[in-house]
Amino acid sequence: MTTTADLRNPPPMQDYQGQAKDGVEHFHGNQLLYVGWEDHLLFCAPFAFPFPPAMRFGDVVSHVLPGAFGYHPDFANIDWQQAQWFKSGQTFQPDFDKSLADNGLGHKDVIRFRTPGLTGIRGSCS
Amino acid sequence: MSKVFIALQTNDDTRPIIEAILADNPHAELNEAPAMVKIDAEGSLTIHRNSIEELLGRDFNLQELHLHLITLSGNIDETDDEFTLSWAN
Amino acid sequence: MDMKTSGRKLGLKEKYAHMTRGLGWETTYQPMDKVFPYDKMEGIKIHDWEKWEDPFRLTMDAYWKYQSEKERKLYAIIDAFAQNNGHLNVTDARYINALKLFITGVSPLEYMAHRGFAHTGRQLRGVGPRVACQMQAIDEIRHVQTQIHTISNYNKFYNGMHDFRHMHDRVWYLSVPKSFFDDAISAGPFEFMVAIGFSFEYVLTNLLFVPFMSGAAFNGDMGTVTFGFSAQSDEARHMTLGLEVIKFLLEQDPDNLPIVQKWIDKWTWRGVRMLTLVAMMMDYMLPKRVMSWREAWDIYFEQNAGALFKDLARYGITMPKCVETAIKEKDHISHQAWATFYQYGAAAAFHTWMPTPEEMDWLSSKYPDSFDRYYRPRFEYWREQEAAGNRFYNKTLPMLCQTCQIPMLFTEPDDPTKIAYRETTYKGEKYHFCSDHCQHIFEDESEKYMQSWLPVHQIYQGNCFPEGVDPTAPDFDPLAAVLQWYHIQFGADNLSFEGSEDQKNFEQWRGMATQNV
Repeated sequence: MTTTADLRNPPPMQDYQGQAKDGVEHFHGNQLLYVGWEDHLLFCAPFAFPFPPAMRFGDVVSHVLPGAFGYHPDFANIDWQQAQWFKSGQTFQPDFDKSLADNGLGHKDVIRFRTPGLTGIRGSCS
Repeated sequence: MSKVFIALQTNDDTRPIIEAILADNPHAELNEAPAMVKIDAEGSLTIHRNSIEELLGRDFNLQELHLHLITLSGNIDETDDEFTLSWAN
Repeated sequence: MDMKTSGRKLGLKEKYAHMTRGLGWETTYQPMDKVFPYDKMEGIKIHDWEKWEDPFRLTMDAYWKYQSEKERKLYAIIDAFAQNNGHLNVTDARYINALKLFITGVSPLEYMAHRGFAHTGRQLRGVGPRVACQMQAIDEIRHVQTQIHTISNYNKFYNGMHDFRHMHDRVWYLSVPKSFFDDAISAGPFEFMVAIGFSFEYVLTNLLFVPFMSGAAFNGDMGTVTFGFSAQSDEARHMTLGLEVIKFLLEQDPDNLPIVQKWIDKWTWRGVRMLTLVAMMMDYMLPKRVMSWREAWDIYFEQNAGALFKDLARYGITMPKCVETAIKEKDHISHQAWATFYQYGAAAAFHTWMPTPEEMDWLSSKYPDSFDRYYRPRFEYWREQEAAGNRFYNKTLPMLCQTCQIPMLFTEPDDPTKIAYRETTYKGEKYHFCSDHCQHIFEDESEKYMQSWLPVHQIYQGNCFPEGVDPTAPDFDPLAAVLQWYHIQFGADNLSFEGSEDQKNFEQWRGMATQNV
């Protein structure tokens, strides 16, 4: 901590050290996962979720995504066999039966899915 | 040449100021918007104390402009008699 | 008017010299470096503080005289506004929602600007800039006071403004303006001056105050026009201070150039991102529109900043690179931001709505390259769904940018159908950004931005619930608890404008004001 004495004699700015605010230890056993649906900007931004690392990937898809994305008329038409997944923009093959951790998903990873043939409201990517 | 500009509120005090600016700077353009005017000019724009005083019929201190200014753009050079805005390029 | 006196009056230049330089001294009990410990820590080199020039040459006596006259004019109008139920003269009660965003998002920044300039003025050993900072510090506290006084006349009648200061420190979208200013005020004194005085005041505030206040006039809001213009009459001086600080730093030492350029690049982008909120206010929240965000951007950014940077080229300063991205985004950001507030309208302290068909036509005409293709289908769908009783309220929290703290709503500069994702890893942890520029800002000062208080992450950490609630209780509703913690009253402050208490009251009161009932 900085003391009053330090304030009169500030250390060089390049030596300044902060403390990360969002380390995984702050999330009560959960880790953050961000999920975006390509070509569906009706949802203005990707979502942020806190999940236990042991949660099954398939449970995210079947129990969580409907609540988040279900408002969109395309959602009911998704064929999950056809969906393409990306992790940090790179092709990614999740195993629905494995946990998030066993799928290699760590704290603050970002994944996206594309649903071929579904391009949003009147084809506008909305 | 880049344009400088000055924007003033439209009210009873600024009418003669705007008139004097336009008379002294024939290259200036007046743009009217709700409750304000914006005066744009290529290169530079000069406001003369004397011209405003003639229209007002009283002494005028150029710093009174502060009461009505909304915004401006350009390098400022201010003396007791003149207020100039200009760009170097 | 100045009184004529018999003695010779000092000219403007002489008077300024006497009343600034003559008031400073070299300290002797303590070395100057101990009295002013911060003005060297950023690496800025100043050789001659006397070279500082205030082009307005305003001295404290003249300052008090003109400021008090501005106040008298303003308060006469505020009184008239209150006495004549001025709030009923606005075009449409939707307009009042722009004031809610203003009082919660902008006015607290005026107070922070006051603190920032008071602090900065204290830390500069040159007397000229110290006096200029002192005047600006007093201006800024005047701005926050006059804004609170004016808008308090709306708070008596409408929802969402009752606890603006409390909300400013907590509500998710208000973390965007709050963190912008906290970022500036926690920098060194010169960076603060460049951030606020130059990048924000000179390059960007015209976009906030000029079209918006002219818009308030157009929408019948006499009170807001007046505080807006009264504040803006100070801004011309602030902008001049902002330009002066750049010229002063660059003329003092060639080593200052890369430092100043880096600050200009950073703060132009930080400001552009924050103005997304203003873009949305202009295009969606003013029922009668003066000009579109894009038109204001063309005039006040592209033309004006273009001239400014051409002028500064003689010092080696170049236009920030981020401007290319900002120009590509000008057709999109207002629509993307309004889509965000519409869907997260249950968690906002103001009402939202979809534009009417006529308003959508106006948007098409102002945004011929983007609105019909990318946004109209989405907005028409939402209108239809709302009419059918299926109004969209997004209840899942969005991913945020680590630097600007805005939800990741911005699209790729060259593809408006793809969200822009950027990420980096620092000390083993991932960080995500909305743009190359926010990523670069983080990478340059990671130790600072890894401390961002991101509202979504704070909610998930359990830091945004009222004291004493039990998040493990079976009937715990986290989103309701967050709104309570924000002091947003569910059903009164938030949700659609259509059907709101504000809408009903305004209609009823305006009816009473124009008819004998």
